[in-house]
Amino acid sequence: MENSSNEITNPGPMQVYEDNLEKGEFRIQQCKDCGKHVFYPRQLCHYCGSSNLKWVAISGRGTVYSTSVVRRKPERGGDYNVALIDLEEGPRMMSRVMDVEPEEVAIGMAVSAHVGIIDETPAVVFYNKEQGDKAW
Amino acid sequence: MVASLRGSAAVVGVGLTEFTGMPGLNHMEIMAKAIERAVLDAGIDKNDIDGIFSANFVELLTPLTIAEYFGLNPTYMDGTNTGGSVFVNSLQSAAAALHLGLCNVALICYGSNSASGVFTHPPAMRTVEDVYKPRNPISPYALVAARHMHEFGTTKEQLAEVAVSARKWAQLNPAATMQDTLTIEEVVNARMIVDPLGLLDCCLVSDGGAAMILVKSDRAKDFPKPPIYMLGVSSRTDHNIISAMPDLTVTAAKEAAAAAFTMAGVTPNEIDVVEIYDAFTINTILFLEDMGFCPKGEGGNFVSNGNIAPGGSLPVNTNGGGLSCVHPGMYGMFLMIEAVQQLRGECEDRQVADAKLAACNGNGGFLASQVTAVFGTEETL
Repeated sequence: MENSSNEITNPGPMQVYEDNLEKGEFRIQQCKDCGKHVFYPRQLCHYCGSSNLKWVAISGRGTVYSTSVVRRKPERGGDYNVALIDLEEGPRMMSRVMDVEPEEVAIGMAVSAHVGIIDETPAVVFYNKEQGDKAW
Repeated sequence: MVASLRGSAAVVGVGLTEFTGMPGLNHMEIMAKAIERAVLDAGIDKNDIDGIFSANFVELLTPLTIAEYFGLNPTYMDGTNTGGSVFVNSLQSAAAALHLGLCNVALICYGSNSASGVFTHPPAMRTVEDVYKPRNPISPYALVAARHMHEFGTTKEQLAEVAVSARKWAQLNPAATMQDTLTIEEVVNARMIVDPLGLLDCCLVSDGGAAMILVKSDRAKDFPKPPIYMLGVSSRTDHNIISAMPDLTVTAAKEAAAAAFTMAGVTPNEIDVVEIYDAFTINTILFLEDMGFCPKGEGGNFVSNGNIAPGGSLPVNTNGGGLSCVHPGMYGMFLMIEAVQQLRGECEDRQVADAKLAACNGNGGFLASQVTAVFGTEETL
């Protein structure tokens, strides 16, 4: 905490996160004081309260913690997966597993992160199969 | 310190509207009928009300609207919004305010036309989940159900037991919306909404209003109905969006219930009737576990074979619950009023014999806010 800065930096962490996604980069925060990874992006580490957060690249490897299928009529785009992914670094995030049929996504499945596009918005999505150098 | 709230406040009036057939009424007009009935039940003048506790999903300045609408001049207002649990949370706030003399007659109230009207929410904060288009509020509960099934082997049939039990209670309650017989097979085979939850795993969307009047216990016998005392209450939260929930199979009701039972000085096995927020079938299983009515992971077995239905070992959601009685956007008021009416002995065909202690658990947001309350009759004081 003693190294924390009270200065407000612009843009804020959510904007930085989204700007990184626009560049095709998936970055999350890590606390320089307690070492824990923080997601979603915040002004303060929600573990120790420090504002000493840095943006870091991560392995992109994760595990499906839970999964569901949102049922949607085919004419409106069809069914889609909504899952919770535990990142190797610790944080959990909502996402979609894209390369497996929605109902075939299983808890415990190994997945890797990619910056994809959902409805014209850059978003971190996950693939079950190896996607070579596109994986983060 | 909080132990001093045990038995400090009493419910002296309750009011409910009908739950269907109110097209053309806005949420305030529905709420007004519930308040009118609660005021009549308590035998008070509406001008006696000097504490207002209310929140909803359609406006931000609810206590001000209520004060204006009813011509009240409150000395204490609380518009905290923790989702559908908020009215149980308000029970805690009202008891504290009454205890401190910040108000003398507290009104907790709600009204909604979410079935017949246009139900629009005030803008919510954008979150990192939005882009994935979870179908809220169903998706978070589906994710929780999937995880519970994975960890504990909970089955679709066990989820269906919750819906069927609720329906059996509803069939004993003429005011309940759903009266047709329901089978396990019908629930299991219903159209999927968000796997693993199907249509009949989800609560109703109703109209409805409810109101409750509380005073300090030392004057509770000055009112016409037998007072029902607040013996314990506690409120907890551990997340807001579902991806921030620490463990999808354990809710903050574990801590809230433990604290409420400690304040009340009772244990779960002493409770005669349980009213819990069954927005989805998985809720009933989770909260029975977290409140201590069965071990973690045993909820599916516990609700099976009619154990929480009429004639079972533990009467749960005796009005038919949010699944089969009423769910007008927020349900927290309705579970407390059912508890009060059970303890008054007013419930006719669905009356739990000799009910003296009732436990309620309000749920808000995506399993985020949990508030447990224990009510008792005079002899439990």
